[in-house]
Amino acid sequence: MCLAIPGRVVEIFQENGLLMGHVDYSGTVNKVCLEYVPEIAVGQYTVVHAGFALSVLDEEEAQQSFAAWQELVQAVAAQGTDIFGKPLEK
Amino acid sequence: MHDLNPEDFSCPLPIMEYETIQLAHGSGGRLSAELVSRFFLPRFGNETLNRLEDQAVVDFPQGRLALTTDSFVVDPLFFPGGDIGDLAINGTVNDVCMSGATPLYLAAAFIIEEGLPMTTLHRILLSMEKAAKTAGVQIVTGDTKVVNRGCCDKLFITTTGVGLVPAGVNISAANLKPGDKVILSGAIGDHGMAILTSREGLSFASRVRSDTAALNGLVDRMLHASPAIHAMRDPTRGGLATTLNEFAASSGVGIMLEEAAIPVRPEVRGACEVLGIDPMYVANEGKLVAVVPAEVAGTVVDAMRSHPQGREAAIIGEVVAGNRGLVAMRTALGAQRIVDMPVGEQLPRIC
Amino acid sequence: MKFVDEYRDPALAGRLLTEIRHTVTRPWVVMEICGGHTHAIMKNGLDQLLPAQVELVHGPGCPVCVTPVETIDRAVAIAARSEVIFTSFGDMLRVPGSSSSLFMAKSAGADVRMVYSPLEAVALARQNPEREVVFLAVGFETTAPGNAMALLQARREGLTNFSLLASHVLVVPAIRGLLSSPSNRVQGYLAPGHVCTVMGWQEYEPLAEEFKVPVVVTGFEPVDILAGLLMVLRQLEAGRHQVENQYGRSVSREGNLAAQRVMDEVFAVSDRAWRGIGVLPASGLVIREHLAAYDAERKFAVETIKARESELCKSGNVLQGLIKPDGCPAFARECTPEHPLGATMVSGEGACAAYYKYHRTSHA
Repeated sequence: MCLAIPGRVVEIFQENGLLMGHVDYSGTVNKVCLEYVPEIAVGQYTVVHAGFALSVLDEEEAQQSFAAWQELVQAVAAQGTDIFGKPLEK
Repeated sequence: MHDLNPEDFSCPLPIMEYETIQLAHGSGGRLSAELVSRFFLPRFGNETLNRLEDQAVVDFPQGRLALTTDSFVVDPLFFPGGDIGDLAINGTVNDVCMSGATPLYLAAAFIIEEGLPMTTLHRILLSMEKAAKTAGVQIVTGDTKVVNRGCCDKLFITTTGVGLVPAGVNISAANLKPGDKVILSGAIGDHGMAILTSREGLSFASRVRSDTAALNGLVDRMLHASPAIHAMRDPTRGGLATTLNEFAASSGVGIMLEEAAIPVRPEVRGACEVLGIDPMYVANEGKLVAVVPAEVAGTVVDAMRSHPQGREAAIIGEVVAGNRGLVAMRTALGAQRIVDMPVGEQLPRIC
Repeated sequence: MKFVDEYRDPALAGRLLTEIRHTVTRPWVVMEICGGHTHAIMKNGLDQLLPAQVELVHGPGCPVCVTPVETIDRAVAIAARSEVIFTSFGDMLRVPGSSSSLFMAKSAGADVRMVYSPLEAVALARQNPEREVVFLAVGFETTAPGNAMALLQARREGLTNFSLLASHVLVVPAIRGLLSSPSNRVQGYLAPGHVCTVMGWQEYEPLAEEFKVPVVVTGFEPVDILAGLLMVLRQLEAGRHQVENQYGRSVSREGNLAAQRVMDEVFAVSDRAWRGIGVLPASGLVIREHLAAYDAERKFAVETIKARESELCKSGNVLQGLIKPDGCPAFARECTPEHPLGATMVSGEGACAAYYKYHRTSHA
């Protein structure tokens, strides 16, 4: 349901009494309300939905789950088949 | 197109009594004549136009004539990478040359809302002048109307173009044959996202720039590489998906695309992701898609890459005998999906 | 794009698929609740790559699709008033009510404008003090905090010409309704990662326990969805029924407390009708009594507008996972994106539209 895209906070400011920021998505920047992530700092990534930042993305957690998947990749590679069950070329 | 800065041009704004367009500028009287002579002729003037006849009478070589007309109603008038002026030239030049024709002459008709600042009109005419020069076409006749405030949105431009189709060239959406390769000249979605992200209300500051450009130079180079091009179009409104669906329907064949082969600039992708829009359906104004026999595909791509408008040219798919009338895509993950015609304009979405 | 591209890596997705293939020993039915998941699954063709034993059922998680017909009718009625600037996310503009949509209202002269954020609607109210600005506040718990903030901001600025036509829905009551249905076939759930970003995942714990179903909070990229599915399937194969979190980079157990607080300040939980499904208890949000001045339904007295749904449309069964979109007799016949009977065919996220768009080969 809720289209939300990660972007990098490039600027933080106040506007009409609200904590706002500019968030960069690979070159497209838009204005986002940061009231729900008051702890966020410039350079951090956030998930934005309809103009509101909803979380500060946890880079450490992301790296950990990636490491876990990477192990999976290696485990699968050890079985020596691709997604269609055919032997992997080595 | 590059940024157009009126200061770059030697000719300053002509001095007029009025700062904005008046209804009388379209009355056919003295003010009309003044508008034409001080604004339009200095920009577009050539032997034919300068005669100010009701029609242009020009020499035309023997052969087949390509004729097209297109209206431009873009909002905003100025957007990153271009404006309604160069769009009106490039759009019509491209429609002519997608037949393989060499564009020769243009007609331009202006519907102006009263109150349009003279400086705005002047800036747009400068940009049309520059675009016409770049494309190598002459504006040989035209018309100007002024309407009451509210009867049009600032400025509408209609351009009509004619060109000469070289002998031996036969390009049509109905010509696709199974086995043909589909070639795209560069990244998609630039123009549409430049317009969308510069609209009022959507609080964007974007690096996305329109790709508006005349493609006749590129087409010329392609035809030199191989006159055997089967089909060619510039995927404007409705984007690449719509153009390919038109091809598939006209020729009664299927088209299979490779998702990973279709280039999209990072900033365009960013804007598309945020707004929930698929770049396959977003307008382009300086790209073309061509369908060519497999045996000349490599030669045509190489020729395209040697031209500034075709540096990122790539084969993005092929024509297949099955799935008649359908466009499908092999996703990056190896599955397939249909690439349908869009229902209407794509709207930014939250879900 | 960081946090996007790495989750679209075909090689990693391929390995996850292989692992899924190795994990599954018998047929399982898994529901992705969220329309965002449905969209990503169809767009990437994930369903074609899964082993045949894994059946994906598309859930009711598209707020556009479940917005009742009468909400659209009320929106159209308010938009038709000459003093009103009616604002909405792009999604809702094409959705058909009983006889009109907001787009049709616009072409009939209504001042209907599309916004990307509800704060843009507040800005319009600030810039147009002589007009009434109404914002159509739809969405799940992901969208409700932003809409709540917009209302509070209007109050803070003393803007009396701003109101919300609120039609928010809640995810957990819907899943409870589905699980309680005697015809339920679903054995495991992918929970919506962005709703959970706001609400956390603790509210799924009683559900997993009571109905003995595994629930995995899942992100929206192909790698996320495959990893989430793998986690559900591993639980099913092992006979476990826990709440797990695949989308840990954005979701915590408690969720976003600041967002929950503001939501609670503005909205109260109430019974709610879901288009195609009917009334589900405690499944919606209404504007609290003390903020009635910002409630467009009361401000413009449109509560009396009632409506009926198309009888041909089986979107209710689709939303409950009872039939697939192409199992509806009207699919791709009477009902197409050009002439939708139900909202599931309108929204890009609606299961019917997603089927029509990406999956129609057998019907064409």
